[in-house]
Amino acid sequence: MSLYFTKDHEWISVDGGIATVGISDYAQAQLGDIVFAEVPPAGTAVEKGKEAAVVESVKAASDVYAPVSGTVTEANAALEEDPALINTAPEGEGWFFKLELSDPSELDGLMDAAAYKAFVETL
Amino acid sequence: MMRYLPLTDADRGAMLATIGASSVDDLFVDVPEAARLDGPIAGLPMHASEVAIERKLGALARQNIVAGEAPFFLGCGAYRHHIPASVDHLIQRGEFLTSYTPYQPEIAQGTLQFLFEFQTQVARLLGCDIANASMYDGSTACWEAIGMARRITRRGKAILSAGLHPHYVAVAKTMAKFTGDVLDIAAPSLTPGAPGDDMARLLDAIDSETSCVVVQNPNILGHVADLSELAAAAHARGALLIAVVTEPVSLGLVRSPGEMGADIVVGEGQSLGVGLQFGGPYVGLFACAEKHVRQMPGRLCGQTVDAEGKRGFVLTLSTREQHIRREKATSNICTNSGLCALAFSMHLTLLGETGLRQLAEVNHARAAAAADRLAAVPGVELLNGTFFNEFTLRLSREARPVVRSLADKGILGGVSLGRLYPDVAALANGLVVAVTETTSAEDVETLAAALEEELA
Repeated sequence: MSLYFTKDHEWISVDGGIATVGISDYAQAQLGDIVFAEVPPAGTAVEKGKEAAVVESVKAASDVYAPVSGTVTEANAALEEDPALINTAPEGEGWFFKLELSDPSELDGLMDAAAYKAFVETL
Repeated sequence: MMRYLPLTDADRGAMLATIGASSVDDLFVDVPEAARLDGPIAGLPMHASEVAIERKLGALARQNIVAGEAPFFLGCGAYRHHIPASVDHLIQRGEFLTSYTPYQPEIAQGTLQFLFEFQTQVARLLGCDIANASMYDGSTACWEAIGMARRITRRGKAILSAGLHPHYVAVAKTMAKFTGDVLDIAAPSLTPGAPGDDMARLLDAIDSETSCVVVQNPNILGHVADLSELAAAAHARGALLIAVVTEPVSLGLVRSPGEMGADIVVGEGQSLGVGLQFGGPYVGLFACAEKHVRQMPGRLCGQTVDAEGKRGFVLTLSTREQHIRREKATSNICTNSGLCALAFSMHLTLLGETGLRQLAEVNHARAAAAADRLAAVPGVELLNGTFFNEFTLRLSREARPVVRSLADKGILGGVSLGRLYPDVAALANGLVVAVTETTSAEDVETLAAALEEELA
C-alpha cells in the first residue's frame, strides 16, 4: 500500500487497483470545524484535477479535487452523520471516497509523504 | 476621498478618455437604436416648479383606473386584498425600514428574528420542513427551484405544466438559455371542468432524464388539483415535484403542496401584506424538504443561543451563498425582499391561523357566487369544475376587446387570455376573473350587466 499527496492537499492511498481519497491533516486544520461533506456517489466518474467532492467548514466551502482519474466505488457514508471525522481522523476514518483507478501512471506526478511534508513547510 | 459633488465636463472627458469612449452615448451602443430615447419624453414638461410638476403628474395619474375605486376582477398572479393599516404603519418603523442585510447578528437581532418568523410561517403555509428568508418574486423563485432540482438530481430536463403562469415560463426560458436546461412546455387549453390541467401529459412525460415537474396550484386558469399522484410518479422516476402557489390565501382552504408530496414549493407572497404596486416589488416564497437545504438558494436565518445561553438569531448555512462560495454558490441571489417579507409576515400574524382560514372562506364564497352570477349571462360559459377565488370564463367573442371596452366604462373586468397568450388563437375567448374579499356583490352585478351589454 502506498500513500501520495497533491498540492491541493488531498491524499490518496493505493492498494491494488483500488484507492482511498481524503484531505490531509494540514487541510483540515486550515479549514477548522468541518460541518458538512458532499461526496460523489458510487459510479461517478472523476477526472484528475477536477472537482470530486465538497467540504464545508464553519469558515468556508471548498472543493476537493480528484488526485487521479477513475470511477468511484464507495462513498464514505459515515461523513453524513459525523462530518467531524474529517477533523479527528483526516487520514483515517475521515476518508471521502474509494476509487477504481483508470490510469495508475497518473500517480507518478504526486508527492510522497516526505515530499508533501516539505511542501507544507514552504506554505 | 471622493466628494459627492456633480461631475464637470472635464471630469467626464477624463473618464471617457481613460476607457477609450468618445462620448457618453457610446456606452449605450449595445441597446438597439429603436429602444433608445432620442429626445424629451412626449407630454412631460422640461423644467417646471415643484407645484407645477405635482399638478401635471397628478393629472396624468388620474388617467389610471385606481384598483380600489373600481369594480376590480384582475388576478392571474397578483391579487387585490385588504391590507390592515397597521401593516403599513409597522413596516415603516426606522428599525425595519432602513436596516441592511443582517450580516452582523450582534446589531441585527430584530431583522433576523422577523425573518426567522417569516420562514416559520412560509414553511407551515406551504407544508414544507424549511423555508428561506424570501426571494425577489414568484417567477424568480420558480426558476431557482428548477436550478435546485438540476443540482440535486444531476439531470437537466424540466417539465413545465401548461397551467404554470406564462410569465414564470418566460423567466425560466430566459434563464435556461444560459444554463442549458431543457424545458418541456405546453400552452393550456380551455377544457371544460379542468381548464389548464395537463396531468396526463405530465405523467406521460416524466422519464429518467427528468429533473423536475413544475406545476402551479391553483393553476393560471384557476383550476385546483390534487398533486399527490404527480408527486408519486415523479419520485418513482427519481425526479422532484416543484409546486408553485401564486395565491397564498388559497392555502387557508386548499391542502398545501408540501402535504401533497411536493419536494420544493415556491410562491408569490404579494397577496399577504403587499399591495399590487404596478407589479412590484413583490416577495418570492421558497420552501423545501430539509434534506435538500444545502442546495437551497438564498438567505436562511437560524435560531441559536449566545455565549450566555440566551436565544438569538443568525444567518446560517451561508456557505451556500455567493459571499462565501463565490461562483460555486447555489444561486446569484444575494439579497431578499426583506421589507415585503416583513409586510407578509405581519399581515399573516394579524390574521392568525383562524383568520387566514376565514379569509380564504370569504374569498371562495364570493368567487363561487360571482361565478354563478356571471355564468348566467348569455354568451358566458364557466369552465372550472374546481377553483379557489379565480375562474375562467369562455365568452361568445374575443375577450381582449371586451376587457378594453369594460375598462372604458370604469370596470376592470378580468385578464383576457389573449393578453397572456397572444400567439394562441384557441385561447382568445378566455377571460380569467378573480374575486376576493374586496369584491362586493354590487361589483359583480356591475360586471354582469356590462358583460351582458358587451355580448348582446
